Amino acid sequence: MAQAAQTGKSMRFGEVGLLVVFAALALFSIFVASKAWTPAFAFHAWLFALGSIAAILGIFKRYSVRSADWPAQMIDGRPNYNYGPVKFAAVMAMFWGIAGFTVGLYIATELAFPMFNFDLPWIAFGRLRPLHTSAVIFAFGGNVLIATSLYVMQRTSRARLAGDLAPWFLVLGYNFFILVAGTGYLLGITRSHEYAEPEWYAIFWLVCVWLTYLFVYLATLHKRTEPHIYVANWFYLAFIVTIAMLVLGNNTEVPVSIFSSKSYPVWSGVQDAMVQWWYGHNAVGFFLTAGFLGIMYYFVPKRAERPVYSYRLSIVHFWALIFLYIWAGPHHLHYTALPDWAQTLGMTFSIMLWMPSWGGMINGLMTLSGAWDKLRTDPVLRMLVVSVAFYGMSTFEGPLMSVKAVNALSHYTDWGIGHVHSGSMGWVGFVSFGALYCLIPWVFNRKGLYSLKLVDWHFWLGTIGIVFYISAMWVAGIMQGLMWRAYTPQGFLEYSFVETTEAMHPMYVIRALGGFLFLCGMLIMAFNIYKTIASPEASSVPSGRPALAPAE
Amino acid sequence: MATASEPKVDARTGTPTTGHEWDGIAELNTPLPRWWLWTFYACIIWSIGYWVVYPTWPGITGFTEGLFNWNSRSAVVEDLNELQTIRAPGAAKLAAANIGDIEKNPELLTIATATGKAAFANNCAPCHGSGAQGAKGYPNLNDDDWLWGGTLADIQQTLTHGIRWDADKDTRAGDMPAFGATGMLKADEIANVAQYVRSLSGLPNETGADLAKGKDVFAANCAACHGDAGKGNAELGAPNLTDKIWLYGSDTASIVNRINVGGGGKMPAWGGRLDPTTIKALTVFVHSLGGGK
Repeated sequence: MAQAAQTGKSMRFGEVGLLVVFAALALFSIFVASKAWTPAFAFHAWLFALGSIAAILGIFKRYSVRSADWPAQMIDGRPNYNYGPVKFAAVMAMFWGIAGFTVGLYIATELAFPMFNFDLPWIAFGRLRPLHTSAVIFAFGGNVLIATSLYVMQRTSRARLAGDLAPWFLVLGYNFFILVAGTGYLLGITRSHEYAEPEWYAIFWLVCVWLTYLFVYLATLHKRTEPHIYVANWFYLAFIVTIAMLVLGNNTEVPVSIFSSKSYPVWSGVQDAMVQWWYGHNAVGFFLTAGFLGIMYYFVPKRAERPVYSYRLSIVHFWALIFLYIWAGPHHLHYTALPDWAQTLGMTFSIMLWMPSWGGMINGLMTLSGAWDKLRTDPVLRMLVVSVAFYGMSTFEGPLMSVKAVNALSHYTDWGIGHVHSGSMGWVGFVSFGALYCLIPWVFNRKGLYSLKLVDWHFWLGTIGIVFYISAMWVAGIMQGLMWRAYTPQGFLEYSFVETTEAMHPMYVIRALGGFLFLCGMLIMAFNIYKTIASPEASSVPSGRPALAPAE
Repeated sequence: MATASEPKVDARTGTPTTGHEWDGIAELNTPLPRWWLWTFYACIIWSIGYWVVYPTWPGITGFTEGLFNWNSRSAVVEDLNELQTIRAPGAAKLAAANIGDIEKNPELLTIATATGKAAFANNCAPCHGSGAQGAKGYPNLNDDDWLWGGTLADIQQTLTHGIRWDADKDTRAGDMPAFGATGMLKADEIANVAQYVRSLSGLPNETGADLAKGKDVFAANCAACHGDAGKGNAELGAPNLTDKIWLYGSDTASIVNRINVGGGGKMPAWGGRLDPTTIKALTVFVHSLGGGK
């Protein structure tokens, strides 16, 4: 084999091209590092240089072991699926999940007991908070989306993933972006835009990675051997396209110098705020909703072994969701300098968004009809179904909070934090856990999970943790809002700000406890996944039909 | 792989499928749930109604203003006016009253306390603490130790014009010289006078401290403001050094540091920020905290 491969093997166009690009990037990064204005930026330039050199070595190493021929598209009439990048992204999702939840627990503890700041700037709440949000949304969530989308796309298209190095550039490049963004926050490099903190050079890199993602996705879709495109892929594609548009729109900025990490946005004042929340809300809409609905549309019917409840509903709610979500951003800026007309539109489009969001919930839950009994025996399916329930709850709460009268009470309070976490821990977290519990035995070709009992533990610890978290934040947020607006009969404010903070302290402790339980569930999952991957391969499993974990 | 579009019927629900199948997943051809569809329509109709009533659609030069010309700016003005209406009767009584009479009249005192407490929480608490207990460098307002005088007139003057607040020409002024930083006193003189200052309120001294020399240094440099006996001078904001109340700490290092750098804390002049009636109420509130003179 090896000898045969040696003969006639030559570098492919893509390999040569990437080698040239990375060599140039390495030299350029070293040049920038030598002239960087701050040590923090020099550090990032060195990271880029080292990353480029690692990429060059990686390409050579891969060339030395690969065969001369392109991988087969089909083997024995079955597509030769490419699971390598899927495995990598799935494992990285586990890593970032643990990191992100741990940081979240730490900052929850800082809020309850500020002494945990230790007066160190690097671990102050202001720097760790974006580290937490980016780690859970973009690092954990992003890797889950990439892993599942590359898997679902191949399986539902009956086609091998397009590209040779491109999928690897996607998964490695995306995780490199996270490394640059995260270390930047700790060093104090930030654009100070919520969920859009990475600076211009990290974004430039991300855009290259993301366009590769889009290209790989479209090319695989083009190669498909199924006549129709499965609904999950509509959602994934909407997620990929819209995130590209949002990132470009919200990062219209001018760097101070190529030797500086700092850039300034083209927009200023209320225009900047509007663009930021057009981005921010649609990051929720297209990253955390559309993308994860793609996961739901594949993994729920697959795991339940039931057909999707309604094809028509999936079409109507998809287009309604896509059309309406993009307008809803101004509801983040109620009662600000944003013109009243924009606030009205943001609010009413959020109300109209309620049913399109619930379309996904109905399709997810009703797919179980005829298979509800499986919830008793399969904790993975239970996790997926509970995630859909949390999705339904938070997509009702969202339109409710966008109503100006409600928003007057809820805005700037911890109710918002509770809302975000019922969506992120309950919906995004649980649907990701459920999908990974399915996906990892499939792509690693294992008979099933190491232990369903441990999944059960994860399920209950996670659920109780979420309930602690969100009920503490409901109480804290509504109390805070009511205390802020409380007037004495003489017409004076009843409470000072510090009194409201003091009143919330017990709730902050309960919130941290909820986060602790959620993290414990994740650690149990990590153990379970590790043991699953460490178990022997299931040789007899035919590749066309993945082994499902026994439902006892 | 049933890729041919032949609808089958799902045995468990009796609903036909669309005939497509992807990786073993089929789709039922269930119609849209009626309640879902009608709720969706209702949300759209409600939104259209809301657009008619409230400012909504932008044009080239303006936007549709809605049936009642509602806008958030005039709504805020209305809210604030309403608040002023509630506060007006009390404010009028306070404005008309002589500041010295307020504490004797229970009704006026109630109004002044309510007004002053809210003003204190929103403006003063960040430095003086929510219970006016103070912090290092920020005086406790509950005791009877006043840097700039504890009568109603003194407190009102301090509140209105601030302390060492350069933007107000009537501000309280009086800087302690930076004896160490400017070289006016040598290190050993500072060490001795610091020990002497500790002895004034009965604190123990380090062994080897020359209190006699410290007393001489005090008489020559400090007594002009703090008084021969160290009792302080409210005219200059010079603290009483004998009452065991320490604004910057009583340990030797803190005292030496104060003598080295001199100066003093600042407080903003609230005259331009709060209206005179609120300052009057705040004066009474601070005066009534326990230490008013």
